[in-house]
Amino acid sequence: MRRVFRMEELECAHCAARMEEGIRKLKGVKEASVNFLTAKLTLDVEDDMFEKVLKEAERICRKIERHCRIVAES
Amino acid sequence: MSRRQRRTAWRILASSLLLLAAFAAERLLPRDLGTLPTLLLYLPAYLTAGYDVLLAAGRSILSGQVFDEHFLMAIATLGALSIGFLPGGGHEFAEAVFVMVFYQVGELFQSVAVSRSRRSIAALMDIKPETARVLRDGTEQEISPESVAVGETVLVRPGERIPLDGVILEGISDVSTVALTGESLPVSVREGDTVMGGSTNLSGLLMIRALRPFAESSASRILALMEHASAKKSKSERFITRFARYYTPAVVVAAILLAILPPLASGAFSAAFPVWLARALTFLVISCPCALVISVPLSFFGGLGGAARFGVLVKGADSLEMLAGVRTVVFDKTGTLTKGRLAVTRVVALRGDERELLALAASAEASSNHPVALALRDSLPAAVTPATELRELAGRGVIAKVAGEEIAVGNALLMEEAGVVFTPANEIGTVVYVAREGTYLGYILICDQIKESAEASVCALRHVGVTRTVMLTGDRKAVADAVARAVGIDTVHAELLPEEKLTAVEGMLAAHDGSRVAFVGDGMNDAPVLARADVGIAMGALGSDAAIEAADVVLTDDDPTKVARVIRHARRTLSIVRQNIVLALTVKGAVLILSAFGLLGAWQMPFAVFADVGVAVIAILNAMRALKA
Repeated sequence: MRRVFRMEELECAHCAARMEEGIRKLKGVKEASVNFLTAKLTLDVEDDMFEKVLKEAERICRKIERHCRIVAES
Repeated sequence: MSRRQRRTAWRILASSLLLLAAFAAERLLPRDLGTLPTLLLYLPAYLTAGYDVLLAAGRSILSGQVFDEHFLMAIATLGALSIGFLPGGGHEFAEAVFVMVFYQVGELFQSVAVSRSRRSIAALMDIKPETARVLRDGTEQEISPESVAVGETVLVRPGERIPLDGVILEGISDVSTVALTGESLPVSVREGDTVMGGSTNLSGLLMIRALRPFAESSASRILALMEHASAKKSKSERFITRFARYYTPAVVVAAILLAILPPLASGAFSAAFPVWLARALTFLVISCPCALVISVPLSFFGGLGGAARFGVLVKGADSLEMLAGVRTVVFDKTGTLTKGRLAVTRVVALRGDERELLALAASAEASSNHPVALALRDSLPAAVTPATELRELAGRGVIAKVAGEEIAVGNALLMEEAGVVFTPANEIGTVVYVAREGTYLGYILICDQIKESAEASVCALRHVGVTRTVMLTGDRKAVADAVARAVGIDTVHAELLPEEKLTAVEGMLAAHDGSRVAFVGDGMNDAPVLARADVGIAMGALGSDAAIEAADVVLTDDDPTKVARVIRHARRTLSIVRQNIVLALTVKGAVLILSAFGLLGAWQMPFAVFADVGVAVIAILNAMRALKA
């Protein structure tokens, strides 16, 4: 399943690259990209793993940038 | 400014005032306070400016991320504060606090610059129609464009955005496509014309029949292309991200070595240590690669946005990079340099006048849908009386009765077969012979029209440094040569089958090293070539899935001058990228070297902050220039 999320308060470009790297390594992730400019996270994950991956991704992002939040694309 | 940015601004102001107060107090007090009391004097300013950095640094240690920007900044400033306590170290509290304040100023600027760029990019993508008015059961209903079905009637008032691609059923108006194609001159439209979703209806009420669902309409396609484009990474961007991964650890290791080795080598470790520690700490300040990491993709994104402004959709930063290296441009003749629409260019009447000959031919062809027939009808202002007893002879022409007389309209083969005595015309283009009751009347020359801007666009290509222009066509050699001469193309490959076009382009790819080959096609039957060329440019192809899929660059209209324009734009974007890389690397490199040798004196820390955040801000501002087309 492929979904796009908005990332609020994503402020540093290098952090975005590190988040992307971290999320890619998660189990169940087929493809992940963090676009700093549009502040969007694209996740392609095995269907049954989605919730778990999303939670992990959120944790990674917070660790790197404390204010950063992942919100569902409207 | 966002709330957080405003809060940071106030904090910067407060800490600057506290810093000034501390500085004044230190100078005005009659006697030296001693190291610890002086530190306490400066501490409020330091904490006000940097408490969040310190907290973030604490969290990074706990999570084991030693190369975190905040962590490095905290070590650098705390280290600078602690130098005062070392034997032989003069205290530099004011400098340390100043560095923290300056760092916050830089971060704030950077954050504001980033949100501004994001906003201008968002503004660019604001072409999505919000609502559609459909006529259902005789009443007007306002619904979301997604729920309009193909074939429904949509009402668009003046000033409103046309929600989806459609054909005008009723109404006359002017439509602006500036948001889609960059063309600022409005187009007059009337019944029967097609309009693009996302363009703006300017003057009259329009009733439109929806041609495509919203998701396949022009505006949605452009948005999808732009969003997708930003996800593709360029070579320079990948280089920079890789570089950043090694840069920070390398600088940090260098800092540690710098703090320890020279004092050890000097023999008097404790005397030399404070000086070298101070220099090493500046290294930590410069170790963040943000300026680079942010400015390269931002420049590319600006470049993509800038191109979209003049109606060229580049499918990714990598394509933009390729475009900048284009030295050979290959045109597929029909639809790019020529209009791809036949028109009458000359009428030669041996008997009777030219208008009569045309009218006769047009009558005979009145019910045919052959391109030649359309060209004949288009050449006459009024409708013609259709012929009777029509016989279409494939590959030859038609024979029909007009006003009781038998008229033959077609090529030389038809004339020969009908036993008409005629002189073959030696012309470039399609020659249509006309005979009445077996008597030859004359011929009509029909050509594909060369676009008005074709010559100018080939000329513009030379100005942007394209060294070779090539034309491919399935058309006859004579026609191809004539078009090439008229527009100024160097090389012509004529009478090609579609497969042979592919082979021809592949031959050019193989012959070139480093410089890129662009292929310009109209998206009809040339998808394989579009895909195979280094850069495939599809012209006026928003309606064709295959062309959009295969191409790297999509022109929203069919103006060939945009090929040169987008190449120039790509070169400019690449030069901005290069400027930013060079700027960041030289400034950082220079400050690293100068402070390693202690050449910046007491100013080394502020210089280092400038090399870090200052350069990032300059690079961001520079990157935004790429947005201007």
